[in-house]
Amino acid sequence: MYNSRKIIIGLVIFVLVAAFPFFINVGKTAQPLQLSLNTPTINQLEKKECIESADYMRANHMRMLNEWRDQVVREGNTVYTSSSGQKYEMSLENNCFQCHSNKSNFCDSCHTYSQVDPYCWDCHNGTKGAGLKQ
Amino acid sequence: MKVWFSLLAVIILALTAWVGVEILHLNTLFGIIIPYTAIAVFIGGFIIRVVRWGKSPVPFCITTTCGQQQSLPWIKQNKIENPTNTWGVIWRMVLEVTLFRSLFRNTKTEKIEDKLVFGSAQWLWFGSLVFHWSMLIILLRHLRFFLNPVPGLIIGLESLDSFLQIGVPLLYITDVLLVAALTYLFLRRVMIPNIKYISQIADYFPVLLLLGIAASGILGRYVYGVDVAAVKELTMSLVSFKPTTSTTIGTIFYIHIFLVSSLAVYFPCSKLMHAGGIFLSPTRNLANNSRIERYINPWNYEVEKHHYSEYEDEFRDKMRKVGLPLEKE
Repeated sequence: MYNSRKIIIGLVIFVLVAAFPFFINVGKTAQPLQLSLNTPTINQLEKKECIESADYMRANHMRMLNEWRDQVVREGNTVYTSSSGQKYEMSLENNCFQCHSNKSNFCDSCHTYSQVDPYCWDCHNGTKGAGLKQ
Repeated sequence: MKVWFSLLAVIILALTAWVGVEILHLNTLFGIIIPYTAIAVFIGGFIIRVVRWGKSPVPFCITTTCGQQQSLPWIKQNKIENPTNTWGVIWRMVLEVTLFRSLFRNTKTEKIEDKLVFGSAQWLWFGSLVFHWSMLIILLRHLRFFLNPVPGLIIGLESLDSFLQIGVPLLYITDVLLVAALTYLFLRRVMIPNIKYISQIADYFPVLLLLGIAASGILGRYVYGVDVAAVKELTMSLVSFKPTTSTTIGTIFYIHIFLVSSLAVYFPCSKLMHAGGIFLSPTRNLANNSRIERYINPWNYEVEKHHYSEYEDEFRDKMRKVGLPLEKE
């Protein structure tokens, strides 16, 4: 191989860059995501279920909340009918936070893990009934 | 025909992943084995291609230049277009890789009223610049799935990319730019007759595959909704070599990752290797210094020479005998 020194240096840089996540993480144990459902309200529930299925909520809660905001603020419609036919109030604080009162161990753990920074928290401060940030 | 074949190939790839995960439930195959294989093929293939290029000799100093060569001291040298030393070459290469300067010089030839007219045509340069930079930012953004905790640089890049705050999840500007640029690059090949004439499957397929990757990623993010945290659990388990499968991730994610794996495998066997090839292009990586330093052709064989002094040594006695003049007595 001609210019082998330069080419090998280049290839080493390429491998380091291309496989960089492997080099950083090798040997480390991938920390499993921990979502705490340990809140007083949830512990009292007989059937531990969210307003929709957990899988659906995991993937789509942000879309649902976004739609709720539009429904409440723009349409004045505050009642959400779930797929099982039950009716809920479209409210982060008066509905979601009733059960999930542990923002730092529930919302934040997932959001931090997957590097999502929702601007919900710009106004809503994450405790039930606390109202909006002033 | 070639377009349809390429499109069909991408559709078949996407369908393979869909059938494999949705019907046959081969989550381990599509989530672990294929991505690992693809990365290995990508890195191994890339190295093989580069080493093969490294083995081919460059017989001449064949830099392409388009500026004033180093000459008399009062003639100003164009150091970027016509570098004479390694630093000049590095600087020219950096500008070439980041700004595609040679593509900027793309010209268009047209026949207007029986006259041949040349004009500059920068749309291709602009389209590919938008595509490549969007692609780079998207790749860097994806590091949030492979690093825990996510470094501030990636967080900053992501918030900058989504600062328009459109929709939920937030729309990334680079997503729009990437699709727009790829669409332009594809339509350019299909709509302009003379470019269509020279386009092959190897030209259409990567563009359509990239469009398929972008589409599956965008669908997963904005339309179907993928459990991002579960995706990260899967990717983190992959990069720490303790793979686990997940059943809660939607099929669209597996289609995305299968198309990406296909791209990774296809990469070293295709023209996409221009990523590595640019650095090994003799027209770009040589300094134009053939008038300063002698350029040795690496395949030059050793020329056997018989110097006059050696000749004289050999025949000195005979030469003296017949009275020929000698340089050394």
